[in-house]
Amino acid sequence: MRASLFITCYNDTLFPETGRAVVRLLDRLGVQVEFRPAQTCCGQMHANTGFRGEAFSQAKRFVKLYADAEAVVIPSSSCVAMIRDQYPGLISELGNNPLMREFDTLLPRVYELSEFLIDKLGVEDVGAYFPHRVTYHASCHGLRALHLGERPFRLLKHVRGLELASLDNLDRCCGFGGTFSVKNAEVSSAMMTTKLQDVLATQAEFCTALDNSCLMHLGGALHREFAAMRTIHMAEILASTEEALA
Amino acid sequence: MSATGPRSVSADHPELDPRVAPPFPAAALPVLRNAQLRKNVAHATDVIQGKRNRLVAEKTDWTQLRDAASALRAHTLEHLGEYLGQFEERCTAAGGVVHWAADGDEARAIILQILREEKAAEVIKIKTMTSAEIQLNPFLREHGIAAHETDLAEIILQLGGGEPSHVVVPALHVNRAQVREIFARTMGLPKLSDDPQELTAAARSYLRKMFMTVPTAISGANYLIAETGGVAIVESEGNGRMCLTLPRTMITLAGIEKVIPRFRDLEVMLQVLARSATGERMNPYTSLWTGVTAGDGPQRFHVVLLDNGRSAMLRREVERQTLKCIRCGACMNTCPVYRQTGGHAYGSVYPGPIGAILTPQLQKLEHAQTLPYASSLCGACYDVCPVKINIPEVLIDLRAQVTDKERESERRFFDPIYLGMRVANWVFASGARFRLAQSAARVGLWAFTRKDGWIHSLPGLGGRWTMTRDLRGLPKQTFREWWQKERGR
Repeated sequence: MRASLFITCYNDTLFPETGRAVVRLLDRLGVQVEFRPAQTCCGQMHANTGFRGEAFSQAKRFVKLYADAEAVVIPSSSCVAMIRDQYPGLISELGNNPLMREFDTLLPRVYELSEFLIDKLGVEDVGAYFPHRVTYHASCHGLRALHLGERPFRLLKHVRGLELASLDNLDRCCGFGGTFSVKNAEVSSAMMTTKLQDVLATQAEFCTALDNSCLMHLGGALHREFAAMRTIHMAEILASTEEALA
Repeated sequence: MSATGPRSVSADHPELDPRVAPPFPAAALPVLRNAQLRKNVAHATDVIQGKRNRLVAEKTDWTQLRDAASALRAHTLEHLGEYLGQFEERCTAAGGVVHWAADGDEARAIILQILREEKAAEVIKIKTMTSAEIQLNPFLREHGIAAHETDLAEIILQLGGGEPSHVVVPALHVNRAQVREIFARTMGLPKLSDDPQELTAAARSYLRKMFMTVPTAISGANYLIAETGGVAIVESEGNGRMCLTLPRTMITLAGIEKVIPRFRDLEVMLQVLARSATGERMNPYTSLWTGVTAGDGPQRFHVVLLDNGRSAMLRREVERQTLKCIRCGACMNTCPVYRQTGGHAYGSVYPGPIGAILTPQLQKLEHAQTLPYASSLCGACYDVCPVKINIPEVLIDLRAQVTDKERESERRFFDPIYLGMRVANWVFASGARFRLAQSAARVGLWAFTRKDGWIHSLPGLGGRWTMTRDLRGLPKQTFREWWQKERGR
């Protein structure tokens, strides 16, 4: 099994440890990982801010770049949601039929990380060890766009040593929302404060998710407040073993 | 209005006219500082949403019901002209008079004309958002006609000088103690307690006089039935039923999208509406009337069909779904933005997620262009919408319209977001450029990064982030650098 890692622009720049963890994890599961250095961004930032032309350029690059990939693995549910939910509209708006055909054949091979592990590889126990109390934050895109459902919990359940603390109001947004967090910084912060009340009530050491964007938001606030909790992408938990902790 | 909360002029007297309302982020500020109002909104939305979730969960065929409601609304919009024509014909045959209004001005003029013919100095009203949309009450006041609201929440707002903050529960931001204060002051009842029974009894005696003495009424419509030419309204209190029983003249103001094809379609629509709007299996009062009936109810009946931007919405493929809305308000109750700000920050009688897409379209984009951005695109609204309006999709499309328009203006050329987006697009066009940009960003942020590796304060737009959150400084090595070093070739 060969998988091409689309790391995403912000993981590449801000959270390289997530990418390294995905590589370590997939190595361990016997997947041959490749990385195409021409990759940049999925176009979500442009699309969601109203820059459709620019978003289309990124969409086209993505489709062309991975046309021959056996599988594309993306450790970010919001980028996968962008590809699944917004690429069709962008491509059809410009009436680019050949590109649409290429996209249609590529789409079934595009996976969010937990989808790839459970749906494609068929593993739930990835052999991880993480002796900590952890709570899981369901990002909006993972929950409502990708319908990840129980997948993240099934993966976490098999991590040895991990104590899962359930989070109240799991379906509620953390307030990040991309440029929303600066355009409407005050409302975004109010949403974050509400979310953090639930997150901190879990008394967990770590808050994990399948999206570093939410974690950057929550983690930035936890750091500001000297809270006894930090954020960690689930890939890093799943990559941890007795031999090598994250 | 508030006796207990901190006074804030703009929070207590919001401007719900999108042409003059402040931008959403600015309008949200006084609300965020009003602890009382936020508590009221959070409590009320929690209660309604909890009831709604329980009642939807018990319905084993909810998915099919929702599909049916969505298909029914979509079908109606596809054939809107046909069904409206049918409604006009059947309603007229049953003794009603149908008027067509292209915009708010026309609708107001038509209603004023009818009231003048009735020689009405007063009119009683059943709750109608459409009349708020065209600012009917202040218009009538200017022309010497007093409009009295009869819905309990609308009475609270009218007497207290407040504005609606929700389409189903307009006084959702007001709590019991505040209601007591308003009633005690305006009804001259200094000994009134905040016991719900006492409060409703006070409203009842206030209303009874209106019902007995004012012979002209105005209503909205939940549904216009093409097949029969009838009108349906749903309500909880019975005031609508009173307005349909005692007055001799009824004027119904309805958006043109309110039509449904057949009488039996109510089966689906009433089920999804009650569960979504108030978390009830069935709403307490459902009133249906068709034209006029001798000896029963109003003997003169007018319907004013309002376009006001709706047919323009119909022409746009993505935006058209906005008109499927049945004004249940479920999107507001679940929206994490609305739950923080309440309705007034939206500067429109239609707040929340549906308001964020409806208002800019009804009011021409330029009057409400911050609304499509008043969302984190979390998708909770789409999940609960009983007619499956993909609100995030419409929000994104409206953002593109705002951007397309704004980027033509020179003033926006150096706007940090526009500049940033153009640079980002150039950078994302090549892996090599992206790599260079990452290095440049590391250098650029170095001066702001503290010894602990975190950024605590940024200038300009970045300061909007660091206002409440830290930002981890850029790592020494990007992922692609690591890959190149460890795995390259």
